[in-house]
Amino acid sequence: MGVKSKKEFEANDYPILAEYEGGSIVLAKLDDLLNWSRANSLWPLTFGTRCCAIEFMAVGASRHDMSRFGMEVARATPRQADLIIISGTINYKMAPVLKRLYDQMADPKYVVAMGGCAVSGGPFFYNSYAVVKGADHVIPVDVYIPGCPPRPEALLYGMLQLHKKIKRQRYFSRKQNKNTPQP
Amino acid sequence: MTNEELQACLTGEFPKAEITLGKQYVEMVVQAEDLHETSAKLKALPTLSFDYLICLTGVDYPEKMQIVYHLESIQHRHVLVLKTNTADRLDPKVDTVSDVWQTAKYHEREVYDLLGVKFNNHTDLRRLFLDDTWGFPLRKDYKDEVRIVER
Repeated sequence: MGVKSKKEFEANDYPILAEYEGGSIVLAKLDDLLNWSRANSLWPLTFGTRCCAIEFMAVGASRHDMSRFGMEVARATPRQADLIIISGTINYKMAPVLKRLYDQMADPKYVVAMGGCAVSGGPFFYNSYAVVKGADHVIPVDVYIPGCPPRPEALLYGMLQLHKKIKRQRYFSRKQNKNTPQP
Repeated sequence: MTNEELQACLTGEFPKAEITLGKQYVEMVVQAEDLHETSAKLKALPTLSFDYLICLTGVDYPEKMQIVYHLESIQHRHVLVLKTNTADRLDPKVDTVSDVWQTAKYHEREVYDLLGVKFNNHTDLRRLFLDDTWGFPLRKDYKDEVRIVER
């Protein structure tokens, strides 16, 4: 498609393309394009063990919509998910299950610890024999969202922080030094 | 029956037990030897007919272990709290009531799992939630250096 003036445009073309010089060529870095597309379609694995799962469901409902961010497809299988939102308490009985699910997810995968219990054991930090004191004792966590439970807006803020983290990744750029954040 | 009538009826039937009026329900403390006979009688008598075991729990006191039964009668709608004590805290053994009330089967397994109270003549006494590497976590003197952060 070349540059066309408005008079010459045909019925099949989008009229907005005629207004820009150069037509429909977009230049972008491959890294940015990939990161943008990956960040805006994170599919979470449903891993709600406790009360924070209700707040996660509230984020999935219509008021605080998570499908605005591309996340409404919450997969029940780790093979098709690329994000695991640990919403709820992790017990010693549940920890091997969590590890197994995390291992089955394909790279690049991200982990969000939502709520006090997943961040550090929460209200069960003292005097509890059955609660793992933080999900990062089991799997590496990317974003921590404190709260008991965190408001849906707080979860969305955590998702935006995760987007920022994803957009910083560099797969194709040659200059990698030790300060480049790795996934 | 009201609480006072229930207390009077029970004092008549079970002379050996101590029956008091608690804040909400009538409370009855029996000896561990009489437990099975008492519970069978509580279920069988038509004026009492306690046929619904609401809950069975254990309590850990410094010098004894206590098992608490909350009983209700569906027909007469009165509630009774039945308690037994065992002085032995190291290896407490109490008679089972799972042949009187079926609910007790799982509740007694839970009490065994978390407090360590063994029930005689229980058909299937094994742990319910935990596995055998755990001690009895709900006891007050339970120590776990790895998992518990003391405060």
